Amino acid sequence: MANFTLSVNGRPQTVDVEPTTPLLYVLRNDLDLQGPRFGCGLGQCGSCTVLMNGVATRSCVTPVSAVKGPITTLEGLAKDGQLHPVQQAWIDEQVPACGFCQNGQMLTAVALLQRTPKPTDTQIRDAMAPVLCRCFTYYRIQKAVKRAAGVQA
Amino acid sequence: MNAIETLLASVLQKHASPSRREFLKTSGRLVVSFTAASHLAPLAAFAQGAGPYPDPDYKQLDSWIVIHQDNTATFFVGKTDLGQGTGTAFRQIMSDELDFDFARTTCIMGTTNITVDQGGSGGSDALQTDGYPMRRVAAEARRVLLDMASQRLGVPVGQLSVSDSVVSVTANPSQRVTYGELIGGNRFNIALTGDNINQTTGIAKMKSVRDMKNVGMSHRRDDIPSKVDASPVWAVGVKVPGMVHARNVKPPVAGAECVSVDESSVSGMPGFIRVVRERNYIAVVCEREEQAIAAARRLKVTWSKPTAAPFPSSDKLFDYMRAAKPTSSPAPTANGDIEAGLKSAATRIEAEYEVPFQGHTSIGPAHALADPSNGQMTIYSNDMKSYGLRTGVAQFLKIPRDQVRVVWMQGPQVYGRTAADDAGFEAAFLAQQIGRPVRVQWMRDEETAWDTKGPAYVMKMRGGLDAQGNLVALDYEALAADYGHLGYNEFDTVLIAQLTGRRKQTPAAGGYDAPDDMYAVPNRRSAGHVVSLPLVWETPLRTGNLRDPNGPQVTFAGESFIDELATAAKADPVDFRMRLLTAGKTDDPNFKRARSIAVVKAAADKFGWAPRPSPAPRATGDIATGRGFAYAYRNQTVVANAVDVEVNRRTGRVWVKRIVCSHDCGLVINPEALRGTIEGALLHGLSRALHEEVTFDAEKVTSVDWRTSPTMTHADTPAQIDVVLVNGDPNPNRPDLQHYGAGEAALKPMLAAVANAIYDATGVRMRRAPFRPQRVLAALKG
Repeated sequence: MANFTLSVNGRPQTVDVEPTTPLLYVLRNDLDLQGPRFGCGLGQCGSCTVLMNGVATRSCVTPVSAVKGPITTLEGLAKDGQLHPVQQAWIDEQVPACGFCQNGQMLTAVALLQRTPKPTDTQIRDAMAPVLCRCFTYYRIQKAVKRAAGVQA
Repeated sequence: MNAIETLLASVLQKHASPSRREFLKTSGRLVVSFTAASHLAPLAAFAQGAGPYPDPDYKQLDSWIVIHQDNTATFFVGKTDLGQGTGTAFRQIMSDELDFDFARTTCIMGTTNITVDQGGSGGSDALQTDGYPMRRVAAEARRVLLDMASQRLGVPVGQLSVSDSVVSVTANPSQRVTYGELIGGNRFNIALTGDNINQTTGIAKMKSVRDMKNVGMSHRRDDIPSKVDASPVWAVGVKVPGMVHARNVKPPVAGAECVSVDESSVSGMPGFIRVVRERNYIAVVCEREEQAIAAARRLKVTWSKPTAAPFPSSDKLFDYMRAAKPTSSPAPTANGDIEAGLKSAATRIEAEYEVPFQGHTSIGPAHALADPSNGQMTIYSNDMKSYGLRTGVAQFLKIPRDQVRVVWMQGPQVYGRTAADDAGFEAAFLAQQIGRPVRVQWMRDEETAWDTKGPAYVMKMRGGLDAQGNLVALDYEALAADYGHLGYNEFDTVLIAQLTGRRKQTPAAGGYDAPDDMYAVPNRRSAGHVVSLPLVWETPLRTGNLRDPNGPQVTFAGESFIDELATAAKADPVDFRMRLLTAGKTDDPNFKRARSIAVVKAAADKFGWAPRPSPAPRATGDIATGRGFAYAYRNQTVVANAVDVEVNRRTGRVWVKRIVCSHDCGLVINPEALRGTIEGALLHGLSRALHEEVTFDAEKVTSVDWRTSPTMTHADTPAQIDVVLVNGDPNPNRPDLQHYGAGEAALKPMLAAVANAIYDATGVRMRRAPFRPQRVLAALKG
């Protein structure tokens, strides 16, 4: 076990865990966060996505010892009680079905829009393709990304 | 306060205004009401007492409806909402029957000790079946409240008006009283009648559809806000004091027997608590989650391989099924004389269609937390059938039912997976063994390999046309690999019952289905046989109910073959179907023929379907375009899908760029939530058409992650989806128009619609699903 100090949603957090512990379990079990979720443990589905330095990152295959830079989870998107525009767009388009994967969908969309504020349809499909949804809400997700970007759906 | 109560308090602090943080004592139970945060309702269960947990009495009005002093209402129903918005729809129909302000209602679902047992969800029956007792009890509550208001205000009921839970004297509206003032905080103490829960009723009658004002409105779904803001509504996120983590160790080869377990291989690992083994069921329990994962991977287990192969490899599956001796051949349905009809036909064609096993492959693997505190067993679960889990666990653990409760919470999509909730049983078993709360979480390879599967099918179709191109004979004969089909949370068939050897002796017979359509064909037969794979128990190829359990398979054969017949008749595929629908002169009690005709017409109209035979004239270039149509009904819901596809002749990739779906599920409660549900079902069908297949060698399943078990992604998403909500009832405004199910029907015709479109585009008929690029490419090269 070893101490690691992380910046999570703007707050420093120190945990005492094995260096190989996936960041996902530190966030969920040590820091009591609900946003990132276990879907595959293989970096294939995206349910565990967090932002590390603003980049969409698979926390299930990121050892806590490899964390470099501030972490933002779904919990950290809202500011001053106001939902992030991406979260609001998800409500306005009534996106989620079961909702389990939507953490990864929303954070990947946030990262996309930071990089490419006015994405084309193709850019949205390419950027979002690695995040899987088994309720198949893809059509509404793509509409919600456009809504958040202020581009015509 | 324990951890859960602390969590609850923090959630209430965050989401509910102080006036709504109202704790109401009713019938010996503590009910937490938080109107504004109705999406957090399942958390209310956390505030319950220490047990035991007897069943709420469905024959008491108080079990269904509680009205609070602040003139808000909580509805308690025995269903689970898997993300289709049924909870919101229940609030709409109950608010209407009760004349309550929709915004001031909450719906609590699926937690076994505080909601009546309506079975949880399944079969798309939430509104078709379970909505009716909800409507009747709400109507009864309104009747009782009006009687109370009559006494309070001193005027007969006939001179009262009620709106948004305020009763007033019609002639003098300033004389008024609210429902909250009449009963808030008190019990109704009204007995209901009905031989079973579906028949629960009071004296009052349901309203005419015309008088229901929330019905038909697209109220925003109340479960969505908590799904975008990381609220603690998930079964995966529950924590209780002293909880530990377990991971299973599955047989590496199907049918293997555990010879020995070397506990010393992991006993020195950090956080190790115990290895629990009963026959072939093995789990490792550790203090922390990552410790349990590491120990389960390292545990040394000696297995003996079975002497006979448990199943053929997946590339030999259909040959095996054709050669197998059926375990049963249920009686066919038939009209006319199929063989005479075929013999008399001017043109005869036949074709065989194949659909492999397809898995649930939930986005989140199976999981549950079981807490044995206070001598009870509380299971936090996303089980769609939470009531069955409770009963099954009590039987499996041999403890009284009243000692078990299931707290239903949000979870990854289930669509039938948790009908046999393996993780719930395992967590309870381990909690009993360890004496501490245990969280079980399946890993990805475990879930994808060992979840329940939709049965594989081989279907032979024969058809005959007369000289005018009329269909005079239609024969369907199926082989379904469905022997041993899993029941709902049965204590003696769930996987842990099989692996521990606590299973029943005789497997379920299984079954087959036939296409559901309203075509009138003078000579028709639908027959089928169930076949078994060699290994029946302890197999990863156990069949269970996957969303519309047989519909996509059998409709693939039925509706592909209708297109083949239309081509043989040189007819337009929609015209050909319409002739078959209008040839019948009788209808069923729910007007399925009239509604089928309306639905087929609506899809063709919206699509802009110009009549011509298929295939389309051949074009040159890499991209071939075509269109496809398919129709079916599921139970009482009628659906037709029309699609546009692009087939890349160079790569074999199929892109469905537009879907039109026309859909008649009777009275629509919430159009926007319904559209979302239909879109999801359409794309689930598309994923099964294009990608999904369970692969295996002769020892084990080899599709074990998202690379080996591909699914549809954002890249496959159609550019346009048009959902047309149809009301094809001959009397569309009748006051008793029924509400039917909508969770599954739209999926049903998708495989056939896509196959028909690929044929239209390329002239190549795909009779084997899924239409993966290499399979399409091979077919194109012929």
